[in-house]
Amino acid sequence: MSGGPAADGAPGPPAVGRPGAVVPGVVTPGAGGPAPSGAFRAGPARVRRFGATERAVHGIHAVAFFVLTGTGLVMYLPALSERIGDRPTMKAIHLTAAVLWLTALIVVALLGDRPALREAVRELERFDADDRRWLALRRRERPRGWRARIPQGRFNAAEKSHAIVQAALAVLFVVSGVLLWLGERNTTFRLSGTVPLHDASMYVAVVLVLGHLYLALLHPPTRPALRGIVLGDVDADWAREHHRKWDAPPAGEARERGPRPGPVRLVIAAAVLAGGVLIVALVVL
Amino acid sequence: MSTPDPAPDRPGGRPVGRRAFLGIVGLGLSSLVWGDSATRWLSGAADVLPSSVRSALPSGWRIYAINPPYPRFDPATWTLEVDGLVDRPRSFTLAELQALPRADQTSDFHCVTGWSVDDVRWGGVRFKDLLAAVGPTSAAAALSFVSAEEDYFDMLTLEQASVDDAMLAYEMDGAPITRPHGAPVRLVMPQMYGYKGVKWVQRITLVDRIEDGYWEGRGYDRDAWVGRSNDFTKGL
Repeated sequence: MSGGPAADGAPGPPAVGRPGAVVPGVVTPGAGGPAPSGAFRAGPARVRRFGATERAVHGIHAVAFFVLTGTGLVMYLPALSERIGDRPTMKAIHLTAAVLWLTALIVVALLGDRPALREAVRELERFDADDRRWLALRRRERPRGWRARIPQGRFNAAEKSHAIVQAALAVLFVVSGVLLWLGERNTTFRLSGTVPLHDASMYVAVVLVLGHLYLALLHPPTRPALRGIVLGDVDADWAREHHRKWDAPPAGEARERGPRPGPVRLVIAAAVLAGGVLIVALVVL
Repeated sequence: MSTPDPAPDRPGGRPVGRRAFLGIVGLGLSSLVWGDSATRWLSGAADVLPSSVRSALPSGWRIYAINPPYPRFDPATWTLEVDGLVDRPRSFTLAELQALPRADQTSDFHCVTGWSVDDVRWGGVRFKDLLAAVGPTSAAAALSFVSAEEDYFDMLTLEQASVDDAMLAYEMDGAPITRPHGAPVRLVMPQMYGYKGVKWVQRITLVDRIEDGYWEGRGYDRDAWVGRSNDFTKGL
């Protein structure tokens, strides 16, 4: 890995923009030591953060979350159900969105760039000493620019934590949702704890997503990340400040992709898609 | 995944995130056992709050609407029609209903979608007292309850309507039934799931055979006995 700092928190040179790479016409001063700021001006203006598959997975979750939460809240909150929608329609949209959400995820996992997804998971679930320091710092102990002093990889420790909690909530939503669906059809599955679990998952998820939206859309220091999940690349200077340990490839540099999905995988994906649509048509509607 | 780390030299750290993920999932799944008790404990703890705060908290009830907004009750014009296979079809004002023998009960309410409210206090009229005022004919076999929320209706056989805790209620928890709960009168049938309990009842028609109501046409059982119905395995 070119320019990659040592593992576990030894602060190495900033990796973003591959300062170690030879850039024609640029004199790289003091190779090896921490480069003075401004040394990377001639580096790439943007670095690639997410490939198409990762963005698709995020987009599928985003659309599904808003449709499911919207219809769910209309069914849950009397103030909304009284004004907006009738229950049979809301329920049909809710269940359809749930089935298509899972269907789309399976299809993307079958046809998309799986090494990229595996790498994202690998990075998200690992916490090093810097991550622990990043999380342990209390607000009043944070000096200005504290982020730059605790180098972070492509995902900072809060992003990792958020992804982990949301992934767990997704599982809990699916399990409790399926139990709700089954419980209406067989008293054996009508557990008293199912509704509280579905509700509690909703409360936690909504609070997290509101915070996520604030950081992505409003909070100036983190707002540049939005471009990464929409278009794939982010501003290199921003990445350098916020994700110093991230060995980011320049935007536009084609990522080495795994082999294209073969005919078997295409057939399975088509069958999954057809199965999802069939479940919606036969079971939900 | 048990695949070896493809690049152990990359900055990474230990996969504690996976353990956290499994821990949260496990905690959540275990709440299927304790979540209901915890919710009840919390709502019990909320009783110390002033009533103005308490009224803004979830009460355990879920209000379902099939054709919003909820029907509005106008005391000046509201009447309940009782007709069909009866000797003396008539309409009742709310005062006339309340002049019939009054019954009180405390019963649990169970919704087929998985929630329940314990110990709801109801006040209203038993069906034998209501029907005595109109005189069902010998051909009458069932009651059709038509809601002011179109197209909601449901039916009970005469036998089902005569169970000892079925009633046409006009009071809930010591107060007139509120608009979300079906003002001014609703069917209370605690031994069956809540979708049988027609709210905003505006007409009761006696008919010679029972048919599927609103939700039964959408897959639920007509005989909605709590704990003994909606078993889809019977249809397999």
